[in-house]
Amino acid sequence: MATVSVYSSPGFDFSNLTRNHFLAEKGLPLPKATSTGTTIVGCVFEDGIILGADTRATEGPIVADKNCEKIHYITESIRCCGAGTAADTEFVTNLISSNMEMHALTHGRKPRVVTAMTMLKQYLFQYQGHVGAALVLGGVDSTGPNLFTIAPHGSTDKLPYVTMGSGSLAAMAVFESNWRANMSRADALQLVKDAISAGIFNDLGSGSNVDACIITANNTEMLRNVEMPNERVQKERTYLFPKGTTAWKKEDIRKLVLTEEVTPLAVEAMDTT
Amino acid sequence: MPDMVALSRQQPQERQFNPYSENGGTILAISGADFSVIAGDTRQSEGYSIQTRYAPKVFRLTDKAVLAVNGFAADGNMFVKQVRQRLEWYRHAHAKDMPLRAIARLIQTMLYARRFFPYYVYNILGGIEDDGSGAVYSFDPVGSYERESCRAAGAAQSLVQPFLDNQIYFKNQVPQPGMTHPKHLPLGTVGDGLEMFVVLAKGSPLYGLENFDGVQEMTSTHEGERIFVVRRNLKRD
Amino acid sequence: MSIMEYNGGSVVAMVGKDCVAIASDLRLGNQALGISSNFQKIFPVTDRIFLGLPGLATDVTTLRETFRFRVNMYTIKEEREIEPETFAHLVSSTLYEPTGGFRPFIAATDLIGCLNFAKDFVVAGTASTKLYGTAEGLWEPDLDPEQLFETISQTMLNAVDRDAYSGWGVVVHVIEKDKVTTRTLKGRMD
Repeated sequence: MATVSVYSSPGFDFSNLTRNHFLAEKGLPLPKATSTGTTIVGCVFEDGIILGADTRATEGPIVADKNCEKIHYITESIRCCGAGTAADTEFVTNLISSNMEMHALTHGRKPRVVTAMTMLKQYLFQYQGHVGAALVLGGVDSTGPNLFTIAPHGSTDKLPYVTMGSGSLAAMAVFESNWRANMSRADALQLVKDAISAGIFNDLGSGSNVDACIITANNTEMLRNVEMPNERVQKERTYLFPKGTTAWKKEDIRKLVLTEEVTPLAVEAMDTT
Repeated sequence: MPDMVALSRQQPQERQFNPYSENGGTILAISGADFSVIAGDTRQSEGYSIQTRYAPKVFRLTDKAVLAVNGFAADGNMFVKQVRQRLEWYRHAHAKDMPLRAIARLIQTMLYARRFFPYYVYNILGGIEDDGSGAVYSFDPVGSYERESCRAAGAAQSLVQPFLDNQIYFKNQVPQPGMTHPKHLPLGTVGDGLEMFVVLAKGSPLYGLENFDGVQEMTSTHEGERIFVVRRNLKRD
Repeated sequence: MSIMEYNGGSVVAMVGKDCVAIASDLRLGNQALGISSNFQKIFPVTDRIFLGLPGLATDVTTLRETFRFRVNMYTIKEEREIEPETFAHLVSSTLYEPTGGFRPFIAATDLIGCLNFAKDFVVAGTASTKLYGTAEGLWEPDLDPEQLFETISQTMLNAVDRDAYSGWGVVVHVIEKDKVTTRTLKGRMD
């Protein structure tokens, strides 16, 4: 039997409207803080993992940092790319990195990638998506190469090639057409560069340079700015102002080096009586 | 839960049609004593995606008028088409091009005619007045306009305009002792692509424009006003 | 109206050759109504670290005291002055805004503490978009202290003139190895 609930009223429901206006007045249209636009990728190759990231950080439509680092340190052979709220990715990877070090110290052996993955997903799930970190976690441990993605709500995927961020579709298009199993190191690096470049050039939220990180069983190589396809051209003129262009009212100079004069007094003979 | 199913069917749902979108980009115009420069980037985007890397938003209207449109690209293109049509009618009726100040007023009336369903477009008109002076007119979407020396509009307006205030109007700059700021700047100081139109008044010197990188002349005679276009590549990210 | 626009205010910091500069406006507003034209947003932390805090005025004052306390505790515990980079991380973990400090070093954080170490300049506040534009146009590498003063002053003055919530005077600090020069600028007061 379908009876009309006593809680529903006829016509439009405007109750959320008043609530939203109230919240807006309380200052809830939260101030911009994020860097949602990003392209991060990871892929498995014959003897390890390659992670890749672009280097643009955005605040809404403004580019806040043209060369930031999105590949974060977890342990010597585990690294993590971060997309989403920049502060969250920074702090969550720092925290887990610290906990992984403690874990290594208490157990006396190298921690595994699944351990980091589990710590991250449990932490993110606890915050129900309010810690806005979308991560690509990769590394090599006793079980071999491991690659995961972790979504902000805590769900994870384990795949041979992954992408995340606003440029993930552009990057995934490259992986889907060119990825093969057991690629050589050089081919895999080129593929990662191509995937990130696809994000840089076709997604407005991503830009600037390509960072990559190659992790193998006994070596981790961080390739900061492996590709710099967007260097700013030389400005056509300089804009130096002649001295005195800016008018000022008051000046105060605080010297940090104090000079003091020492006036030696007449030296008296030592009293030896 | 039959109740819930019934509820979701009965609840009225509000639907809305949004006829506008924002296609990004920036336009900019500067005028001098006897010239005017009108520039715009050529990228057209929506949200995080690029629709095309070459969609010009600076249009030559007559031999001495250039119009830049920024905002909703479909409205912009349509608006330019209609302005051009009105200018052609004027040519047939009066056997001459419409003067710049008249084009400015025409644009105002055309924009205000759509007061309650506006063209979602910011216009900047640049060119040469009948007295031979360089001019820039800037408009809001419903037709309020003003003649100025320089103006930026679009996505980077808030980044570019204070820089222009400083470099074109010499705002906040004290001239060196015994000197004054020039009234007009000479032309020489003035990712995708960038297109810049330069309109020179009748008989004006070239100001070294002929040696400029990537310049191309749009007008065929040296008699009247001359229009040059400069095309450059910008960063593609 | 976001809380970041409630009182207004902006800060910019720039790197020069063996020097850095940090500048802020002096306005304190209640939205569009101006309240004070001498509200300092830049605070000395040590002799050569300056912290700029644009944002909600009550937080500016509270945080300034928080940092004073934490830096004092650090100094007592470590028996040495805090370094700019260490202090930037202290700011980041306390979750707030930009600093100009030596080994020409500047950094900014967004409002929840994401650090931005820059080689050129950092901006914050209600005039941030305008500051990005002017700074991007006017700044160049290796400016000497006098040139840096002109560049940062022009950047700030022209940006705040186009921002309704910033202005009412500008103060600039130029920090060198052996001295700190503080100047109050003459600009529009509307």
